[in-house]
Amino acid sequence: MPGPDANGGTGPDRERSASPEGRVELRDRDVELLEGLLAGDHRALARVITRIEERDPGYRGLVSALYDHAGGADVIGVTGAPGAGKSTLVDKLAAAYRDRGDTVGVVAVDPSSPYSGGAVLGDRIRMASNVGDMDVFFRSMSARGQLGGLSMATADAVTALDAFGKDVIVIETVGAGQNEVDVVRTADTVAVLVQPGSGDDVQTLKAGILEIGDVFVVNKADMDGAERALAELEEMVHRRDGSAGPRGTGHHGPRKPTDASGGAGAPDPNGADDDASEWTPEVLETVADTGEGVEELIAVFDAHAAYLRESGELTRARRRRYAEEIRTLVRADVGALASEAIERRGGIEALADRVRRKEADPYGLAAEIVDPLATCLEDRDDPADE
Amino acid sequence: MSVEGTERTVRCLVAKVGLDGHDRGAHVIARAFRDAGFEVVYSGLHRAPEEIVQAAVQEDVDVLGISILSGAHNTLVPKVIDGLKEYGAFEDTLILVGGIIPEDDVAELKELGVAEVFGPGTPMSETVEFVRNNAPERG
Repeated sequence: MPGPDANGGTGPDRERSASPEGRVELRDRDVELLEGLLAGDHRALARVITRIEERDPGYRGLVSALYDHAGGADVIGVTGAPGAGKSTLVDKLAAAYRDRGDTVGVVAVDPSSPYSGGAVLGDRIRMASNVGDMDVFFRSMSARGQLGGLSMATADAVTALDAFGKDVIVIETVGAGQNEVDVVRTADTVAVLVQPGSGDDVQTLKAGILEIGDVFVVNKADMDGAERALAELEEMVHRRDGSAGPRGTGHHGPRKPTDASGGAGAPDPNGADDDASEWTPEVLETVADTGEGVEELIAVFDAHAAYLRESGELTRARRRRYAEEIRTLVRADVGALASEAIERRGGIEALADRVRRKEADPYGLAAEIVDPLATCLEDRDDPADE
Repeated sequence: MSVEGTERTVRCLVAKVGLDGHDRGAHVIARAFRDAGFEVVYSGLHRAPEEIVQAAVQEDVDVLGISILSGAHNTLVPKVIDGLKEYGAFEDTLILVGGIIPEDDVAELKELGVAEVFGPGTPMSETVEFVRNNAPERG
């Protein structure tokens, strides 16, 4: 049993000890914060998310405790190219959810400008439909230059909003690269937004984003080219369908070729027209500015959530996500240990110089650093302790 | 490449309150803050005081910079401050006002809890420096 302040005691900013149940201890001074959050205090929620973003010492104890209270929210990811209308659509979605009595959390992730360390986050500008309504909790997050850490911080922020009791949580991010794909993957349902008229957009979707979409939305559907964007998307959904798709479980039964005019076959997800356990991505039109199509979009989100629950896919998806989280944390922590070991040996530059002077080679140096870790793990790690 | 960061990032909300549409100053200060390494949430134009409060609380900002060029500061700023107090966010938020504010009103705003008022022609470096020196310490 670690001491009461196990979070802060050991490393400069790392907690080494887990309590016997596989949890990180909650620090005394965070208890009040946690209680505030669970009691519905907005300020406490905001402060917890700050701790998460800062990777503040002790945040792990908080998130660890939050897991107990989370799991009830529908988590929706919205991604798309810059200018596709994500923020405006999210604003309208939030308003529509509020209309039916749901509380909403929004995490807007803007990964731009990581170099100076600073960032201007402008996603709030479009939040106009929920003036002063605290039951829409909107939070902007930047990348802060942490590779891979962003998706983890986003997932933790979602956990905080979930534990706070939000019914629906929307993650909004620019669909630009792997980092953002990882971010949006933390959602249960992913909507990919496409803006018509710039033909390129549907093309760029091929780069990894197509695979993660459960719903494709042609926003600004009142613009020229909407029809074409719609048709292109439907064709793509088709193709991914036919080729078993990267998300498929390898099972691709003889899927009936739906007629092209019929809208890429978006079968009633509850209907058992073929495999019954496969979700065929839907393709929709919206005009976020006017709110057109937002109701329909929410209906599809609901249908997807129902599909996830009924098919058991939700359990599988959550398991995948938790596995990924564990992996990310372990990798990052082990990486940090290794970085410290490198520093103790004079830093990476010094080691590189030794290789350059032919005094050592990269493999030997890596072994020198990692072997003690491995030995230590072998000595200490006894699963029988569990 | 640790998941844990060490450097604390200063978070700012740059807010345009009320009906004036002059956002050049707000844009310039937002960029200056960004270049100084701060994280800046920009509110957009024509915000109501309650929106500013909502944003400041939810974004958990260290610094709230309110830009007003309409002359309505004597009604708008107190509303923002009251809202912050309601959510317990007044104590540890550094409140700055930028714009054209008459001398007498400056004293009054400071009385209310505004830390500093920056008029036209204030060098950016001065504002950035002020934030660096005065951003609240948080436990």
